[in-house]
Amino acid sequence: MEKDRKEGIKGMANPGRYGIERVAYWLMRITGLGLLVYFIGHIYETSSLLDGKAAWNSMLELTQTTEGHIFLALVIGMCVFHTGNGIRLMIAEAGFGFGKARRPDYPYTPSSLNMKNKLCIYVSIGLAALAMMYGLGVMYDV
Amino acid sequence: MAAIFPVSSQEKHEKTKPSTKSITLRISKFNPGKDHATTFLEFPVSYEKWTTVLDAILEVKNYHDHSIGVRYSCRQAMCGSCGMIINGKPKLACFTKISELDSDVVTVEPMNNFPLIRDLVVGFERMFSTHKRIKPYIIREDSEISSGAKEFLQTPEDVEKYIQFSGCIKCGLCNSACPTMAVDSTFIGPQGLAQAYRYIADNRDQGKDERLRIIDERHGIWGCHFAGSCSQVCPKGVDPAMGIQLLRGYLLGYRK
Repeated sequence: MEKDRKEGIKGMANPGRYGIERVAYWLMRITGLGLLVYFIGHIYETSSLLDGKAAWNSMLELTQTTEGHIFLALVIGMCVFHTGNGIRLMIAEAGFGFGKARRPDYPYTPSSLNMKNKLCIYVSIGLAALAMMYGLGVMYDV
Repeated sequence: MAAIFPVSSQEKHEKTKPSTKSITLRISKFNPGKDHATTFLEFPVSYEKWTTVLDAILEVKNYHDHSIGVRYSCRQAMCGSCGMIINGKPKLACFTKISELDSDVVTVEPMNNFPLIRDLVVGFERMFSTHKRIKPYIIREDSEISSGAKEFLQTPEDVEKYIQFSGCIKCGLCNSACPTMAVDSTFIGPQGLAQAYRYIADNRDQGKDERLRIIDERHGIWGCHFAGSCSQVCPKGVDPAMGIQLLRGYLLGYRK
């Protein structure tokens, strides 16, 4: 009798064990889901226009609170990271940016985890943080 | 002229005395036929700087608990039998020195994303059947025996294109680290996909279309999200993540 050792969602989502690439993988999933939630919320928000100007204004007021500002700043961050990292993945998944396959020498350093890829991930995270700060600045009139 | 200093008996003793360094080895115990839950047995094990995790497990098996289930063979990272989770990451037990782990506690568990047979031993049937599915051999109509040339010559450049991926020892560490394998048992996995690339990139092979048809599906190559964990744990430098992305180039039309 055998028992399946499938790690499940917990193992898939654990970002800490395998370096920045796994963190990027995890952030990509989380930001994708977050943007999906925002998209659904956005459709609900804009559909309030059908109930007239008063309903639209009261809906907009929801985003003028501290919680609303934090939510919008997160949306900005998610959007920027998902875009930046998405471009990196599209280029990588087309097979570009790794150099050529070659005979490996010990200690093995995988070409797929090269500095170009790592740098793109750090830049995506950095840009997302900057965009969030800029967004918060605009929202709070700083 | 260099002076020769006699080695004192005390110095001799210091050189040969056993190590005083020790760790606690925690071994996962679970027999699916008998047990209801996994338990961890703890054993104090002394080690030298060259002691591997496999050495420590075998010492425990030889002198403390014969019932521990562990699979191993070559002890030199060639057979791929002793893959396991060591302090949370998939590694080969024979290729991991305790001194390199930098921890007083070493926890060993069976690999994830495989069916557990007992204790540290997992079943490889699924991985091997997936490996067979991608046709891991040269496909072509003629053969070296029947052709007049008697051998298919390759330039060193031709060999460079796939030699990295032919180093796979089928240890399963990449499949154990893969986040897609963690949730999708039908995913071909980094091991199988990297092997598909190995044969497609071989210029003696003519089975490219046949293999691309097998992997061109949701649980095939498109299940990979390039987390790179497979390449990070590979003990032979195969870099499955690279192979998979290069393979995508054939399907997307960037590569011929």
